[in-house]
Amino acid sequence: VKACYNRALPLLAFFLLTGCAGWQSALDAHGASAISIKQLIILIVLACSVVWMLVMMALIAALRRGRTEQHWPKLDSRHERGMSGIVIAATVVTTVVIGGFTVASFFTTRALSAAGPDDLTIRVGGSQWWWNVEYVDPQPERSFRTANEIHIPVGRNVRFQLEGDDVIHSFWVPSLAGKQDLIPGRPNELSIRAEHEGVYRGQCAEFCGLQHAHMAFLVIADSQDAFNSWADAQRQSAVAASDAEAAAGHDAFLAKACASCHTIRGTSASGTTGPDLTHVGSRKYIAAGLFETSRGSLAAWIADPQTLKPGNNMPMVPLTADELRSISAYMANLK
Amino acid sequence: MTDNAVNPETCDDELEDSSLKAALTETWKTPSGFWNALSTVDHKIIGKRYIFTAFVFLALGGVLAALIRIQLAAPEARLLSADRYNQIFTMHGANMMFLFAVPVMEAMAVYLVPLMVGTRNIAFPRLNAFSYWIYLAGGLLLWIAFALDMGPDVGWFAYVPLSGPQYGAGKRADIWAQMITFTELSALAVSVELVVTIFKQRAPGMSLDRIPLFVWAMLVTSFLVIMAMPAIMVASTSLILDRLVGTHFFNPAEGGDVLLWQHLFWFFGHPEVYIIFLPAAGMVSTMLATFTRRPVFGYLALVMALIATGILAFGLWVHHMFVTGLPRLGESFFTASSMAIAIPAGIQIFCWLATLWDGKPIFKTPLLFIIGFIITFVIGGLTGVMVASVPFDTQVHDTYFVVAHFHYVLVGGAVFPLLGAIYYWLPKITGRTMSERLGRWVFGLIFIGFNLTFFPMHILGLEGMPRRVYTYQPDLAWHGLNLFVSLSSTILIAGFLLFFFDAIRSARRGLPAGPNPWDAPTLEWATTSPPPSYNFSRIPVVNGAYPLWEQPEVLSVAAGLRVGRRELVVTSMAAAEPEAREASPRNSIWPLWTALTTTVMLISSIFSPWAVVWGSIPVVVSLIGWFWPKGTPEDES
Repeated sequence: VKACYNRALPLLAFFLLTGCAGWQSALDAHGASAISIKQLIILIVLACSVVWMLVMMALIAALRRGRTEQHWPKLDSRHERGMSGIVIAATVVTTVVIGGFTVASFFTTRALSAAGPDDLTIRVGGSQWWWNVEYVDPQPERSFRTANEIHIPVGRNVRFQLEGDDVIHSFWVPSLAGKQDLIPGRPNELSIRAEHEGVYRGQCAEFCGLQHAHMAFLVIADSQDAFNSWADAQRQSAVAASDAEAAAGHDAFLAKACASCHTIRGTSASGTTGPDLTHVGSRKYIAAGLFETSRGSLAAWIADPQTLKPGNNMPMVPLTADELRSISAYMANLK
Repeated sequence: MTDNAVNPETCDDELEDSSLKAALTETWKTPSGFWNALSTVDHKIIGKRYIFTAFVFLALGGVLAALIRIQLAAPEARLLSADRYNQIFTMHGANMMFLFAVPVMEAMAVYLVPLMVGTRNIAFPRLNAFSYWIYLAGGLLLWIAFALDMGPDVGWFAYVPLSGPQYGAGKRADIWAQMITFTELSALAVSVELVVTIFKQRAPGMSLDRIPLFVWAMLVTSFLVIMAMPAIMVASTSLILDRLVGTHFFNPAEGGDVLLWQHLFWFFGHPEVYIIFLPAAGMVSTMLATFTRRPVFGYLALVMALIATGILAFGLWVHHMFVTGLPRLGESFFTASSMAIAIPAGIQIFCWLATLWDGKPIFKTPLLFIIGFIITFVIGGLTGVMVASVPFDTQVHDTYFVVAHFHYVLVGGAVFPLLGAIYYWLPKITGRTMSERLGRWVFGLIFIGFNLTFFPMHILGLEGMPRRVYTYQPDLAWHGLNLFVSLSSTILIAGFLLFFFDAIRSARRGLPAGPNPWDAPTLEWATTSPPPSYNFSRIPVVNGAYPLWEQPEVLSVAAGLRVGRRELVVTSMAAAEPEAREASPRNSIWPLWTALTTTVMLISSIFSPWAVVWGSIPVVVSLIGWFWPKGTPEDES
């Protein structure tokens, strides 16, 4: 960005350079709409910086003028008229600048809504405090459910259908697009097109209660081929337990309360209050972005979810050490 | 009451200055003693209580802000639990908006407006006493609930369904909603008093074009309160009904609508910002004349800007809802209206700059705060223009960018002028000046601390940090700036501590101020500091907007008010020609009883709908006591 090197605006440079860090940043834009919004942001911020500096120059000039004589009560009417002219001119300039911003904003809005036909539809439901993700296919058997991790093909328009399942949440992946609320009883839509492959972090942006801070998700933009093979793998039922320990975990999972809230396709576990766990071992994070997936983090989470994410809706299910070990092995196995 | 050799029918023109003052003191004083203190209807005593209470809430809200900053200084900090943190940020917002910012502006007006328009008491002084007690009760309700771990935890705008019966367990959201009722009542009462005082009690000759600009600002603000508060009243009452008796205003499963809440809330909530900002703009305009030694440039333009802001304020609430999925065309309309409000704001800035340019700036503490205000408020206004743009807003809405924006507007735009106003008017209130040397330190610490604390938040927001998160994970790029912000806030806190120290020190041991320490032009400086209970021994007559500059030697006065009873001059609305002598009520304990019975009714109604029925009986009884005729001279006239 050219502005990054503008010596006259060191503050702005700092602001833009620091903005280039992170995988959840509106200034690190990799989606079609995030890119055009970033351009609008830079335009408006630059123009506003100029306006602010002009006002500051006027302020400094006014204060440094160092008038010594106090000419009240006789105000010079010609002088007052001159100042009126300047104030009117400044007001006209303000109006023009404001009008320019309004028009620029309007055209950006129009460009964003003219995104073209959709290649893929994903239904996202916001729940306290995780994301329920459903890939919707015209052929029902090709639809599937997952949670907290969304894969999309790069360069394609993806339509997100958004609705809150309990309270209001907001779906926001700053690097790809602006946010859109998930409102109970009022479905919303958001179209996203990733221009570059990558892993982008998103987070709930509308305060939704106790664990609002821990309601993150990932959007992974892959090539079409990689996306297709991922989607095919997701459509499969859960893999069978590969060893005795995982098999014991499978049995324990079904015997305990776990199955009443979670689904593992291919088993009798079909609860829908919690995230679908059919391929939980393949996801990068567990518990809506809380920990990277590993057997250890799975075990820690299952052992004591209320300490790791206080107030979340997963109860602590009493397990023996063996049960905990085998269930975590089974979960990690569900690639 | 006592016959101090003065016949109650005696008029002020029949007495010498000294005996006139003695007689007026006898008529208007608040005698010492506990019950007398509770019964007073003197706008100055009530105004002082109001201001003091509001600053206590500012300090408490500041403590909450400090806790927030300690928690956010490092990722995944566990100093505060999620539950406690959510209560703290909700309390911080609700407290600062409803218990500090709005009340402190009304408090300044309760004290200053009657003095600035040259009358002896505010209109409806008993209602004024009532409004203070109700405000205090609402504040105590909120803070006691918080101390009992029952503080609201749903954010200061309490979106449904999170605050509704299904997800907002316990009584926390009810306490928030009922606190709103208390502050609504007190704000509406003060607004009605101010409108009547400003329209009908101005000193003879103070026509509309001679009203001090702070008074104009309070007039517009009062109308904003009167028009905006009904929306929040409908909203909070519907929420209480949903929670208490199972109505379904906001329940989509039963045909209700969760977005209805947001429309109602922001139809109030956006004007609320101007209810806080316009008085501050009025303070700037009024103080600026004194510290540039010339009339403020563009009086008419400034008044028109106040009115235009007040009208536009009602046309842009939707910019708080740009990501809720409203139709795009409608959103563009609200982009245009939200941007348009920058025009009256700009006009005010340009007029102030012209005044500074043409005047002779005197760099006392209040002027420093005005300069700090211009620097920061312009930033806040420009970021306001940014969030008015729909696409821009979809990236920064509900992030720290917005947190930075509204702190620039509310702290830079309203608290800076307010602190300047305290330095300016406290000598009038206490009769003692604040320290100019400490004042410079206070300004420097607060100005630098504020900008270092809040400017980086713009960047945090663009880097993707949502607001209202009790913590964040270490793999995000936010910890450096968050630590910087938390460290910077100590400078800001030091500035406020020094301010409180200076205010308390000066009230006890400051140098005597004299009636007009700044050589200021408006009427409140025409009487002693602190003013006597009757404000002016003889009612001033003005023939300009800057009476003490235009008639520096001796102010002309009106005569004909009786001294043995509380009387005021009522003047015509536009030209302020004297129309009548009007009685002003005596002290009464009934406003306090009415406030107490109302408080009992409102708080019990959190727990049972029947409280509204049974609780209204004591309210009616106390109202009968309030209006019972006692045969005093005031009742007769």
